[in-house]
Amino acid sequence: MLTIDKQKENHYLLIHVSGEADASSSIKLDNAIRDAMDEGVPQILVDCTNLNYISSAGLGVFMSYIEEINQKSISFIIFGLSEKVLKVFGILGLDQLLTIKKDKEEALNSLDAV
Amino acid sequence: MPYSFNIPSSKNQLRLMRKYVSEVLADHHVSEIETNMIVLAVDEVCANIIIHGHAGKDIEKVSLSIDFQTEGVQFEIIDYGHAFDIVNYEEPILGELIRNKNKGGIGIMLVKKIMDNIEFKSSENKNILRLYKKVTFED
Repeated sequence: MLTIDKQKENHYLLIHVSGEADASSSIKLDNAIRDAMDEGVPQILVDCTNLNYISSAGLGVFMSYIEEINQKSISFIIFGLSEKVLKVFGILGLDQLLTIKKDKEEALNSLDAV
Repeated sequence: MPYSFNIPSSKNQLRLMRKYVSEVLADHHVSEIETNMIVLAVDEVCANIIIHGHAGKDIEKVSLSIDFQTEGVQFEIIDYGHAFDIVNYEEPILGELIRNKNKGGIGIMLVKKIMDNIEFKSSENKNILRLYKKVTFED
């Protein structure tokens, strides 16, 4: 089960991701990010505080946007990853290719710094 | 005594397998971080079997057994679908997947990074996949 909840703030979009992003559910995450990209949202924060599990399907969703994030200079920040989920991002080094912050405060600070 | 579990051949039921494996590993005092990695690798190979080997048919059987050894744990996954030889599978290049905006292609890469030994055997219609992982059993 994966639940996606979107929240529009003043100058950014906050996507809350909770549950398990696996082979059957990760499509929901993809749809949420795709919609935000298509709407041209320049700043996207992904709150993974309640993300308990991610498989290659979920990682693959994030991976597939790396190029677009860079090309369009979008601020795309993931935060709130638990230690075990962060370790999964690290297996292939995707943690180095995506912007990952500890919590919402750090994520917002890095938006301000842009 | 090995543990065994029949995996429902449907990708939206994989969470049941993950729950089972997590509980078995927790009973054997494997850390949460290590458990998550192992569960991930088993999840990846099972998803692969269900999605590709069984082409979406939910009826075919996939069975999993878990055998604890002195310094690690071995998983054996048996299925009767199309054989997919993960050992001789040529992995894609991560940079190319990223450039091509691919969403797939990293599952087997994860399995190979996580597991210490992988064996695949296929005869007639039966495929046997063995995954071994060295594990530190906590007190």
